Amino acid sequence: MVQQYEFKAKWLPYLLVLPQMVIVFVFFFWPSLQGLWQSFFLQDPFGGQVIFVGLENYVRLFTDPAYSYGESFAVSVAFAVCVAGLSMILALFLATQTNKKIRFASFYKTMMIWPYAVATMVAGVLWLFMFNPNVGVVAWFLKNRFGIEWQHLLNSGQAFLLVTLAASWKQISYNFVFFLAGLQSVPVDFIEAAAIDGAGPMRRFWKIIFPLLSPTTFYLLVMNLVYGFFETFPIIHQVTAGGPGKSTSILVYKVWRDGVINLDLGGSSAQSVILMIMVIGLTVVQFRFIERRVHY
Amino acid sequence: MTEHNRLRRFTPHLYLWIAIVILLFPIILVFIASSHTSAEILAAPMPMRPGSHLVENYTRAILEGNKNLGASALTMMKNSLIMALGIAIGKIVVSLLAAYAIVFFKFPLRNFCFWAIFITLMLPVEVRIMPTYKVISDLGLLNSYAGLILPMIVSATAVFLFRQFFMQIPREIAEASQIDGASPMQFFWSILLPMTRTPIAAMFVIQFIYGWNQYLWPLLITTKQEYYTILIGINRMLAGADVVIEWQIVMATTLLAMIPPALIVVVMQKQFIAGMTDTEK
Repeated sequence: MVQQYEFKAKWLPYLLVLPQMVIVFVFFFWPSLQGLWQSFFLQDPFGGQVIFVGLENYVRLFTDPAYSYGESFAVSVAFAVCVAGLSMILALFLATQTNKKIRFASFYKTMMIWPYAVATMVAGVLWLFMFNPNVGVVAWFLKNRFGIEWQHLLNSGQAFLLVTLAASWKQISYNFVFFLAGLQSVPVDFIEAAAIDGAGPMRRFWKIIFPLLSPTTFYLLVMNLVYGFFETFPIIHQVTAGGPGKSTSILVYKVWRDGVINLDLGGSSAQSVILMIMVIGLTVVQFRFIERRVHY
Repeated sequence: MTEHNRLRRFTPHLYLWIAIVILLFPIILVFIASSHTSAEILAAPMPMRPGSHLVENYTRAILEGNKNLGASALTMMKNSLIMALGIAIGKIVVSLLAAYAIVFFKFPLRNFCFWAIFITLMLPVEVRIMPTYKVISDLGLLNSYAGLILPMIVSATAVFLFRQFFMQIPREIAEASQIDGASPMQFFWSILLPMTRTPIAAMFVIQFIYGWNQYLWPLLITTKQEYYTILIGINRMLAGADVVIEWQIVMATTLLAMIPPALIVVVMQKQFIAGMTDTEK
């Protein structure tokens, strides 16, 4: 590498990074370390006693049936996988249609991406309103046309379905933007050459386009899992409050509930730490992959 | 593109229209509901045509809000706007300065700073809410704009976008400005900033939407009505039994909450897509 020109100043660079560093330390390192620290203590919620308990908070998570941590973990995985799968498949399909050099393509594009602007919480409210057993239009329709009684506050399968649909509805546009950008970068000559050789549209898609999209698909898979695991709190909180029972109590919701409602700081912190490890794991996987992509 | 028959050319339009309808349906429903009285909505099924109470409902939502909520949509939208602008502008300013230092200066702690910032990318606020809450509470920032904004500026996405951009700028420009006698800060103001307009706009769109749509954090730290953001207001209005919920006001407020970010995405579509796909790297 050529020697790059760099400014030499003694204090200026420190002054420039200072605001960012202060924010990072005060609002990132301090709370993160405090969370780690707290996860080793058992705390009386009213600020009285603090007892060092070592790993007990963690052990409790996995052994105490009252925590139902394993159940919550399973729900989170199922939820994240369903949301990622549903929204990615639909987005890929719609991006493929939009990319077909059709008329009004830019109109369609706008119509597909605006839901990105809708807050996750609002997506929850929208779907809640449609499926509300008393006032929801869709709930009414299901009951009177199909005889399906929609009661997502009583039926855990329906609750799971509702939050999955709401979360996927919101995520389609995010995936759409990336898939469309990916599709537009597939060289047209490849596809035309394959067409001349007699490959039909399905075959061209699976043999040429889909493999070329794999970096985008992988990136989106990681991002969608992160979304499903960590960013869907508003939907759960608004639509089902983790219920019925604990059937939609995903991990992030549980951290909040155990910490804020049940005031179990040690347990909540231990859960936070486990979540942190999960995010770090996902990020590492992603960076590994991006590095590899650079080389091929 | 390669096939040429009528049906094949028509089907994409069909699929896309189905998708448009599915995506728009909930919003249309919200709009219709916001034009009826509470009684009309509760008489299932609610009418599928707009009613005659549109102006009345929006006026009430904007100026008074739901009964017992104690915050009007106007106040809550002001709070959301302050939060969104604070996060977007704050993050951009802080990140520009940090990225400038890391890319253009040589100083002993550069690598340390870089990694300290880099690691924040890994941990979303959602996983460290309780301890962050405690920090904000210790600093006396509960129910304040600073408390709403500051913890949301932490993540390093913007630093990375600007760093990426700065690294592509030929260093000869910096060197030339030095030779001409400009100080590093003059270079930053009159040369670097104007060149960075596009990424700044892209970052603004993304961060504004991110800020406007924050939910978990304001839910934790705002207990006073005068600091409710619009999303928190909607949540509070929906607490309680179905019959007491004033759906028409909730729906009017929900629609209002969607307008600013949706407008930004549609109007600044190009910057938005650039912002989204660039942060990928």
